[in-house]
Amino acid sequence: MLTRFFYMLREGGLKPSITELLALLEAMQSGVAGHSVEDFYYLARAALVKDETKFDLFDRVFAAHFRGIEDAFRDLRAEVPEEWLRRQAELMLSEEERAEIESLGGFEQLMDALRERLEEQSERHEGGNKWIGTAGTSPFGAYGYNPEGVRIGQQGSRHRRAVKVWDRREYRNLDDTVELGTRNIKIALRKLRKFAREGAADQLDLDDTIDKTARNAGLLDIRMVPERHNAVKVLLCLDVGGSMDDHVRVCEEMFSAARSEFKHLEYFYFHNFIYESLWKDNRRRHAERIPTNQITHKYGADYKLVFVGDATMSPYEIVYPGGSVEHWNEEPGAVWIKRLLSTFPKAVWLNPEPQQRWDYTPSIKLTRELMDDRMFPLTVRGLDDGIRKLH
Amino acid sequence: MSQQKFTGTHSYIATDDLMMAVNAAVTLQRPILIKGEPGTGKTQLALEVATALDRPLYEWHIKSTTKAQQGLYDYDAVSRLRDSQLGEERVRDIANYIVRGKIWEAFESDVQPVLLIDEIDKADIEFPNDLLQELDRMEFFVYETRELVKARYRPIIIITSNNEKELPDAFLRRCFFHYIKFPDKETMERIVDVHFPGLKKELLREALQAFYKLRDVPGLKKKPSTSELLDWIKLLLAEDVPPEALRTDDNRKAIPPLYGALLKNEQDVHLFEQLVFLDRRSRTQ
Repeated sequence: MLTRFFYMLREGGLKPSITELLALLEAMQSGVAGHSVEDFYYLARAALVKDETKFDLFDRVFAAHFRGIEDAFRDLRAEVPEEWLRRQAELMLSEEERAEIESLGGFEQLMDALRERLEEQSERHEGGNKWIGTAGTSPFGAYGYNPEGVRIGQQGSRHRRAVKVWDRREYRNLDDTVELGTRNIKIALRKLRKFAREGAADQLDLDDTIDKTARNAGLLDIRMVPERHNAVKVLLCLDVGGSMDDHVRVCEEMFSAARSEFKHLEYFYFHNFIYESLWKDNRRRHAERIPTNQITHKYGADYKLVFVGDATMSPYEIVYPGGSVEHWNEEPGAVWIKRLLSTFPKAVWLNPEPQQRWDYTPSIKLTRELMDDRMFPLTVRGLDDGIRKLH
Repeated sequence: MSQQKFTGTHSYIATDDLMMAVNAAVTLQRPILIKGEPGTGKTQLALEVATALDRPLYEWHIKSTTKAQQGLYDYDAVSRLRDSQLGEERVRDIANYIVRGKIWEAFESDVQPVLLIDEIDKADIEFPNDLLQELDRMEFFVYETRELVKARYRPIIIITSNNEKELPDAFLRRCFFHYIKFPDKETMERIVDVHFPGLKKELLREALQAFYKLRDVPGLKKKPSTSELLDWIKLLLAEDVPPEALRTDDNRKAIPPLYGALLKNEQDVHLFEQLVFLDRRSRTQ
């Protein structure tokens, strides 16, 4: 039974190792967990999953595997599981209603359908006739009109008991493909660290001191070294205005995280695409512009170039002279981005648009080609992958 | 070893899943890694486990400069160098210059101790890897004196992390893991209750309401956590603030009193005041 569960977890994208499985079995043998499914769930989670962003995934696999296996636990202990009854009561069905449920294919099927919908649905919902929410005619939800409806969330805390812990999926928003806060970004950015010693020598280098002293026949010869700093240098180019307005929050977070993380960070703004000039101050974007040429000359190839933008625009804005929506550009954006890329070979483009939509937007496809496919979604996972490319 | 179970203490509320993880780690004598939002009681857990199971506690707080070796022992080369220049007698025995670290101390304990390795993510990325063997076998070798130090009793090792760095897989595989999630209202009431047993019901209700409302304010840089809530209640009690003052639907006092204990970030306070101001204006119009 557990072997199958173990392989299901691995197929599901978790990577528990044999050591961890053995630890779980050992813990079960020594009777740490009682004989309830919940105990087993907690124990298995503590032993097999070492990352809270994977809890949601674990919950889903657990639910899929142990659907119906709760019965096995019941046989094991030869007693009627309380929740089973509680859940039945939760339905609060009268005889007639029960008959109507039969028309839907019976209780089991209703619960299965409910679970499936919970899996599909991730947002709050009101009205309508399919999703789980309030005031609708779907069989699932609260304050609804469907006689065979399953109440959800209508009874406050009483309900909490009825839903299986793993079915509640409380860890959904910790999944690293979804949420992105300043903190998460910082953690991701930290992978882009390269320590180097530079500046004034103000720390005692013990090893070298001992070595030199020994060579100096025991007379002290003190050696100093500079402190270690994160020496990574980053050029950050952010798209502002227009279609980027939807992504302001995530870009702000990205920016504030980057600013506190890197000592050498230079940032510039652009609108839609890169042309012959960029700016540093949004309020004075028309007055104070910095020629792109100046940037390529001023900063060395050791700078890593990061674009943040949705790359969503008309393709003309990239490939034609005069394509820019704001001004007349003598040379097309594609030429400018190639110049930047030849100066800064380490570059990535982070895109806040959901990745599924990339293929349907020609300008994103175009930008991706210009970037040699180094475009990543602006999620923690995408940032991770992107940073790996920057190394 | 007797089978003691950790079930929380009179001053610490442990949820079911936390108890399960701790007990599994204690029984199998493996380290347990605790993660969670700051202020949810990660470090406190080690103190409470030690108290509940009546074990001595060794705390090792990690800083960005901490090396794994320092937990085992340090060879104080500088003292020895100085002593050698002064011609001291003790310089001949290298053992005089071996300074024991926290792990060594825990290994020497006469009863099974609790060892807290606090904020392991602060250290260098390689730090956890350097401790694999020690945590696995519970022994290490002192090269200077050619001595093998072995744990008398395998300590209960509690490791906390703030998730600033990813920990290596090899290290994670050897631990049990628990993520302390932010307590729901019910658990929070129990937590406040063990800290302030005599608290008036209305004050608690109003305080919690104001607190969760504040946590729901969008865009806060640092949401107030359990420890901040406890501090705030302590202040409210000290100032003898009546429960009515906390009611946020009162127009004139829309800012909860002493909110400095809850919001620790200048921008957050600013944002909050702005929201309150806008809210008040829309109400008076």
